[in-house]
Amino acid sequence: MNTTTEIIKVENLKRKFNGFTAVDSISFAVKKGEVFGFLGPNGAGKTTTINMLCTLLRPTSGQAFVACCDVAKEPNRVRKEIGIIFQDPSLDDRLTAEDNLKFHGYLYNMDHRVIEARIKDVLTLVELYDRRKDYVKKFSGGMKRRLEIARGLLHQPKLLFLDEPTLGLDPQTRAHIWEYILKMRQEHNLSIFMTTHYMQEAEVCDRVAIIDHGKIVDLDAPANLKSKYNETTLEGVFLKITGKDIRPQAGESAWTQWMRRT
Amino acid sequence: MGDFWAIYILWLRDLKRYWYDKARIFASLGQPILFLFVLGTALSPSVAAPGGIKFSEFIFPGIISMTVLFTSIFSAISIVWDREFGFLKEVLVAPVSRWSIVIGKALGGSTVAVLQGCLMLLLAPLVGVQLSLLIVIQSIFVMFLIAFAITGLGIVIAARMKEMEGFQMIVNFVIMPIFFLSGALFPMDRLPSWLALLTRIDPLTYGVDMLRGVMLGIHSFSYILNLVVMLGFTFIMFAVAVIEFNLAE
Ligand SMILES: Nc1ncnc2c1ncn2[C@@H]1O[C@H](COP(=O)(O)OP(=O)(O)OP(=O)(O)O)[C@@H](O)[C@H]1O
Ligand SMILES: [Mg+2]
Repeated sequence: MNTTTEIIKVENLKRKFNGFTAVDSISFAVKKGEVFGFLGPNGAGKTTTINMLCTLLRPTSGQAFVACCDVAKEPNRVRKEIGIIFQDPSLDDRLTAEDNLKFHGYLYNMDHRVIEARIKDVLTLVELYDRRKDYVKKFSGGMKRRLEIARGLLHQPKLLFLDEPTLGLDPQTRAHIWEYILKMRQEHNLSIFMTTHYMQEAEVCDRVAIIDHGKIVDLDAPANLKSKYNETTLEGVFLKITGKDIRPQAGESAWTQWMRRT
Repeated sequence: MGDFWAIYILWLRDLKRYWYDKARIFASLGQPILFLFVLGTALSPSVAAPGGIKFSEFIFPGIISMTVLFTSIFSAISIVWDREFGFLKEVLVAPVSRWSIVIGKALGGSTVAVLQGCLMLLLAPLVGVQLSLLIVIQSIFVMFLIAFAITGLGIVIAARMKEMEGFQMIVNFVIMPIFFLSGALFPMDRLPSWLALLTRIDPLTYGVDMLRGVMLGIHSFSYILNLVVMLGFTFIMFAVAVIEFNLAE
């Protein structure tokens, strides 16, 4: 095992909920600097896997290493290295946008002089800087999502977990957010572990794993998957592997257009 | 150092949320004020308080303890809201030790509870209780002891509660008994032995007793015993809470 080039290493990871196996002995590795996509239908076990990798959920069996640390044995060392954008809301809506970020900065033990400047950077990025004094309660769903993304980036993690990061965002904002995340990746050698139901977004991944019923069904670069399954899009590959039972997603046409332009 | 700032920011968040909810500050004083003036006035002629003071004076420290008790438990239980609204994940995934999360939450909840207690303290002249600066300082100290113990208990409960639905149960079967058995509303000297025993099991009894001691000069137990019980209880609660957070999921 060459741990120096791997940011995530998972071996036979399993999680059960009262007898139901949500994640079933999966194994994979993510290289440093890689954008790794975790694709699968609703209930496949994506969020459960992320929760184990980010130390919120104990594995039933198997092992997972993040930045060379065992998530079960050295959770605090893992926590230092990662940033996460949860699938479900996780803001304090009785604090202002700025206070949510300040809270985060202090929890991550950031230098107080740096926090101010970083808050300005990330809020400007998601175009919420002029709303920084507003209570989150007053934000729309999309604004809340943008604030969460800003927060996940605030402490400049080495590894970013994105659990459906662009859920509920309009196509313009989605395009914008990806632009920034990919820029961060180039500048800081950020590794990304992401899930999404927008297959077009998954095209930016270096490799994707397709997971269904808690098991990894296939894992390869998007181009290889497409030729292997003889499809022109990842969406086609996804449907071929997992059947036809995914939910329709709104706003995809505009997103597709943006992807074609770039 | 990181843990210190984590504690600070958790504490500050509770204060900011307290301030955000200004209406609640006053709303939650309604009940203790009712107790104090209605119960105090109604029972004053018929209940003999020890030391020859009026009954309404006698229950004043008890009612302040009640305010601290309820505010503390509410603040601690807000962890369950945080879980439901997802914010708890943000805290738990951060690289901070679980004990600093417990301490930060307890400090925040306690500060809010003591602030509420201090608002009640302002009513002292209306009740006829004489306060000096020293008494106020001592009272704040005792209020903090009570608040720590109860937020500790609240965090222990909240760590196991998945949903807010169980909260009414907690109030009925934990908080109300703690309040009614604490001697906040009655003298402890002529109780039947079964009730006397129950009051002695209640940790709040020792807090109420000490608060009454510093405010009115009347107490049933020594301050040393009061301190040992309160601090011991607090320590056990914090230890259990930290263990619970470490074991979670
Ligand atoms: N706390 C829990 N208790 C019981 N079952 C759970 C729990 N969390 C998840 N599950 C179950 O585990 C399975 C995987 O859930 P998970 O949230 O990981 O799916 P997902 O791939 O993230 O799906 P989605 O695309 O809808 O977000 C589901 O069947 C879900 O019902
Ligand atoms: Mg999910």
